[in-house]
Formats: sequence, C-alpha cells, structure tokens
Amino acid sequence: MTRLVLGPFNRVEGDLEVRLDVASGEVRAAHVVAPLYRGFEAMLVGRSAADALVYAPRICGICSVSQSVAAAAALAEATGAGAPPNGRHAINLVHAVENVADHLTHFYLFFMPDFARPAYATAPWYPAAAARFAAIHGEASAAFLPARAQWMQMMGVLAGKWPHTLSIQPGGTTRGLDRGALARLAGLLAGFRRFVERTVFGDRLENIAHLASSDALAAWAEAHAGSDFGRFLAIARSTRLDRLGPSIGRWMSFGGYPTADGHAFARGLVEEGWRRPLPVEAIAEDVSHAWYGLQDGGPPTTGRTHPQLDNADAYSWCKAPRLDGRPVEVGALARQLVDGQTLIVDLVARYGGNAATRVIARLVETARILLLMETWLAEIRPDETFIRHGVDPRAAGTASRIGDASGSSGAGLSEAARGSLGHWLRLRDGRIAHYQIIAPTTWNFSPRDATGTPGPLEQALCGTPVRPGETDPVSVQHVVRSFDPCMVCTVH
Amino acid sequence: MADRLSLLWLQSGGCGGCSLSLLGAEAPDLLTALDAAGIDLLWHPSLSEASGSEAQAIIEAVIAGDRGCDIFCLEGAVMRGPDGTGRFHLVPGTGMPMMERIRAIAAAARHVVAVGSCAAWGGITAGGGNAVEASGLAYDGRTPGGLLGKAFRAQGGLPVVNVAGCPIHPDWLVETLHLIARGELDAAQLDEWERPRLYTSHLVHHGCARNEFYEFKASAQLLSQMGCMMEHLGCKGTQARADCNVRPWNGTGSCLHGNYPCINCTAPGFEEPGHGFVETPKIGGIPIGLPTDMPKAWFVALASLSKAATPARLRANATADRPVANPLDRSRT
Repeated sequence: MTRLVLGPFNRVEGDLEVRLDVASGEVRAAHVVAPLYRGFEAMLVGRSAADALVYAPRICGICSVSQSVAAAAALAEATGAGAPPNGRHAINLVHAVENVADHLTHFYLFFMPDFARPAYATAPWYPAAAARFAAIHGEASAAFLPARAQWMQMMGVLAGKWPHTLSIQPGGTTRGLDRGALARLAGLLAGFRRFVERTVFGDRLENIAHLASSDALAAWAEAHAGSDFGRFLAIARSTRLDRLGPSIGRWMSFGGYPTADGHAFARGLVEEGWRRPLPVEAIAEDVSHAWYGLQDGGPPTTGRTHPQLDNADAYSWCKAPRLDGRPVEVGALARQLVDGQTLIVDLVARYGGNAATRVIARLVETARILLLMETWLAEIRPDETFIRHGVDPRAAGTASRIGDASGSSGAGLSEAARGSLGHWLRLRDGRIAHYQIIAPTTWNFSPRDATGTPGPLEQALCGTPVRPGETDPVSVQHVVRSFDPCMVCTVH
Repeated sequence: MADRLSLLWLQSGGCGGCSLSLLGAEAPDLLTALDAAGIDLLWHPSLSEASGSEAQAIIEAVIAGDRGCDIFCLEGAVMRGPDGTGRFHLVPGTGMPMMERIRAIAAAARHVVAVGSCAAWGGITAGGGNAVEASGLAYDGRTPGGLLGKAFRAQGGLPVVNVAGCPIHPDWLVETLHLIARGELDAAQLDEWERPRLYTSHLVHHGCARNEFYEFKASAQLLSQMGCMMEHLGCKGTQARADCNVRPWNGTGSCLHGNYPCINCTAPGFEEPGHGFVETPKIGGIPIGLPTDMPKAWFVALASLSKAATPARLRANATADRPVANPLDRSRT
C-alpha cells in the first residue's frame, strides 16, 4: 500500500488536499482534507440581523449570490418577509447569471484543461484537445473569458456588481428594473445565448434541454463533434470517464429557483432509483472526524462551531453532514435527476452517476437555465414593485423590517451551482443568536462520520486507476474536479 | 523588448472573490491584459494546469531562489491562529502553515501585492472579534505590522502594495500590474495606506448618480429608493476612497447603482463599522460620518440651507423606487 498526498489541489475553488492509499494500480481508500478554517458562523453571532447580508456573500467569491440568496431566504422565513413576483424573478435572474457563469467557468477553466496534460500525449485526440483546452494558452479560454466578462454585465444592471452584491434582500431586490434596463438585459442574454449556441453546443439550447436519452445523446455527439460539448463527449468516451468517480446512489436537491408555487428545479431526494420527498428535518452534521468540539454536531438548528484541534480522529475542517444518518451527493447531477430531466435520468439508470454524467448534467442544466431566464425576464412588469419593505417608509433609519424581528428562526434552503446550500439562523432582539451553514461541498467532500462511513468523494475515489509512477494521478484529478468543489464555501 | 515578468499568486484566508472579480476584466480580457503587460503566470490556483507536486515544486523553487518571482500576489488574509501557530491554514500536500510559506515567498519576490482587503488588512476574515487571528501582509486592521512587519520592503524597494477592496475591481489590479511591469510604480504612486492612487485618488462619491440628491440632502429612507443614502442608510461614499462611480463595475454597475450603500470596503477595518452596515449613526440627528475634509459647521449650515431649497422633483423622487417627477423643459409645456 502506498500513500499519496495530493495538494495544493488547484482549479478548484479554495484549498484542498486528497490523501490516497493506493495498491495494485488503484485507489483503495481516500481521505479528503479541507485544510483552512475561517469561522463565519461564529462571526455572525451577535451582529445585527441585516449584517448577515453583508457577511454571507463574502463566504464565497464564486457562489457569492447563492450565499446571499440563502441568507435572505433564512431572514425572510424568520421575519415573515417575502418578495413580490418582480423581486423573485430579478433574484432568480441574478442567481442564474452566477450559476451559468460557474458551470461554464468550471468546464472551460477547471475541468477541461486536464485533457491537455502530457499524460494523454499519445491519445489520438490529444493535439486538438491540447490546442483547444490547455490552461491559460488554449483557444477555448481565449474565447470564453471575453464572453464571460460580457455575461457578467448582467450583474452590473441587475445587482450593482458581482461578486458581493447587497441587492438581494428578504423582501426582494433593491435594484428595480425599468424598461431600458430590461431591454439591455434582453440584449445581453441574447448575446450570451449566441456564444453558448455557437461555441459550447453548436446547436440550439432547446435541442440540448430536450435531449431525452443516452442514445439520443450519442447521436447528437456524432452530429456535433465540432462543438466543445461534442469534443468533451468524444474525449469522455475515449477515456471511459463514465467508469470514474461512481456516485453513492443517493442524491438530493433543495429545489432551484423559487416560483409562485414551488421551484423551477424540483426539491427532492433520489435513492434506490426512486424519487422521494426530502426530509429536511433529517439533516444533521457529524463532527467525529473534524476539528470541532464533540458537542458541535447535530441538526443545523442547534449545531455549533468551535474549532478544537485535540481530536485524534479528525483530519478536516469540513463537518460531515448526513441525511437520515447517511451521506448524499449534491450538485447539478442531483438537481437534474431529482427534477426528472429525461436524459440525465436515463444516463444514471444505465451507467449510474459518475465523472462524465456530472459534467453532462452541468451543461444540460446550463441550457435549461438560459431558457428559464428568458421566461423570467419576459414576466417582469416594470411598473410593479421589486421589493416589499414591510415597514412604514417614513420610519427613518429602519432600513428594513429585519431589524425588528425577535425570537424567530428561519431556514434558507437554496441551490448553488455546486448543489444544496442551507443557512439556519435564529434572531433575538433583532440580532443574530444562532447561525449555521451547510454548503454543497460540505456534503460532497465530507470526511468520515462516527460509523466510519466515508463522504461521497471519498467513496467515489475508491477504485480509481493510478498509473505506475503517477504522483498526482490524472484520473483522480478528473474525479475530484467532476464535483466542481468549492472549498471556500466548505470551510466557511 | 523588455524581459517578461513572472507572477506567483497564492490564496489564504479569503473567499476567492478577488480572483473571480479579476476574471471579469473587460476590454481586454484578463489573459490578454496580462500578456500585454508582459506578465507570465508562474502559478495561479484557479488558472494554472500545474497541480499538487508540480505546484509545490514551483513554490519551492521561488523560495529557494532558483526561480525568479517578480510579483507575488496574495489573496485572502494571513491565518495566524490558533495561538500564532498558523494551523488554521496548512498548505495542502505539505502540512506546513501557509503563513510561513507566505513569509518566505514575500522575502524572495521583487514586488509584493496584497490583493483585496483581506490580504491588505485582514478584512472580513478578521470580523467578529477575529478569533482566527487573521491579518494583512503589512497591517493588522489599522495597525501597521501584520505578518511582515512595518519595516518590510520587497526586493524591489517598495512596501506591500495594497490593492484593497472587497472585492477588487479588476482594473485596479490590472493597471497596478501594468505600472509595475513598466517600472513606474514608485512610492509617489501609493497613498497613505500604500494603495495605488490610480483608484484611491477618487472618492466613491465622485460620479455618483445620486449627487443631485446629495446636493439638496434629499435622502432615501429605504434601500431601493433613489435618494442619497448618506443620511439614513449608512452610505460612506463621501469618505470612501475608490473610483467605483467613475469606473463602473461589470459594465454599468456600482453598489450605489444597485441601490445599496457604499460600505467603504477599501478601508482597513471596514468589516466592523461599529453600527449596522445599512444604518447611519447620528448625534443630535446629524450623521457622525460627514465628509472628512469639510468643516462640520459649514456642512450643517449648507445642509439645512439646501434642504430648505430642495426642488419638489427631488423631494418626491428621493423616497421613490423610480422617477415619479421628471425633469421638464418648460418651453414645451
């Protein structure tokens, strides 16, 4: 048995170390280490309730809006606030801009550059892949970065700036949109649609969103080999990416993008092949292998966060969230599976969740989100309000009703690009008395729990092939990055 | 052609948002901008291919002096806790405190740049009593020192250059790097907190679309309203040093454009304002955070005069989410 310690594991957001026990050319056991602690939950306790909206986005520079959305939703539940339809649409748009940017940033900057590694130099597809996807110097980054920067102009109009907007409030958005702003947004959205259709898919978004089976996907890939999605599918087939990083067979979604009566992407749990209602109250964190006080675990409504280095079993600053005592995978694959997107359902039924299906789900979801954005934008009524303040506007100095709340609690459940994100808080006399956060990668990259059950990535890595002499096995890199981890969220 | 410069970028106690903001560089995009400045990335955590042992080797070579490092950018605060051990952030794959690596690289680099308010002062990471002992490279909040000490000078002779902001505007860093590459960044280009004057010679107030409301002290009462946010909503734009309303964010935006106040995120200690971020503390009804270089008595006198003279249009619009009274050319009525 050989021990490999991989780090700094880059092209993930934040700090990550992966420890592998390798024997007979494959990974036998994995320990995933989050080596940074920051302590946002403790920082927030005692602050005025509204300050959560300044601190929360700064948990993460890549899922900044997701953190704002979760914090605002938790405050809304605690105070009885709620957004009018315009506010809901506008916040969904802001959130969608971030999610789409994150999905494509992952694809172009984080995931695909690994296929330009010298380890693949003898593959027939290598010269084209290296020219296209190499880190920093590849054609794809040169095309993607200007398109991404223009896409983020949506944020200038919708949210003032990105990352770290303060426009997302429990009662809606501070940034109302007039007819001129709506026209500008429609133009930016159309422009980005053009980039995605030409470059990413080489096809209409509708055709991607409605792909219905793995056979249909295979036929599509043949016909669109010149698109970046087509190139990925060909490389994935050749490298048998579908054999890497198997899912644990259990997926959940808190539900993405609230609508008047639910979510655009459904909330739920998929296990043993069945979709079920999600028992949110069955969420609890285990700290048996993390550097926290032994009393810190439990449900997020009561859990605590006290760094404690003297736990000999601990190896990560990541707690181990469990649903009904067992791990669960979150992310775009989980979201599309729970929502019943037919291609993803079929792929998982045939091949299970794996490194390839995670990437496919992210790109299919990108197409679906862009189409949803067009409908939200069309539904905004510029003469109606974007925010409900809930206080007498003449009461100067009370910027919003959240300052008045006392003795109430709230949960903000949202879907970040990387999966389910929850904020649980309790307010007392307008101040924060309790704050707990469970981020997507906390689920996916959790350490072992008290039963010794490893987290989803730790399980997914078992069996990953390691070539002789490899110190940073390329297969391991594919598996880890297929989850699109965000470690800065994890180690809030 | 001059030699190209090498840039090493590390992250510690922060959110990565400055890197992500930087990816939004426009006209030209980030990779073109760096190339135009003659800067090559030795390693960047989000952009480089090299991972694990390859990345470690690059960092080790810089520390050993085997590989030149012209510019060292740190993003995120230095994590000194618990009890000064740096154990809250160990470099993945090495078990070494990041704090020590940062110290060693800073000693080897020609220029050291703190990217964002966390790396400059501690920032948000130092909020809430700073239980993690976060600091900036050369400041601990407002106190000179930080990790490297107040006497620190990089090999090139400059102190740590603090491109502060939460997050940075992409241009603040891109232009600073261009000045470094051209040999034009000297002490005269830095302000009293060693921030590049190219963005701190301005106040956030400059170019604010609410200036007419400010002139007449026509104030917003709630976030989302059009009026000036200084009197009631905690806006620090008249004191904050940055060009956010001269140089827009993400095409056309700014915090003020988003209808929420400036929280002075380029300043040390901004994370603990001593009051709610969207509240204006007042004494006797007068905001305590008046423009710093204006005599208070004059401000109060002018404010009461201008309040009395507020046009009905501004008074109506100040507390509205959209214009309810429009400017009008009277020759057309």
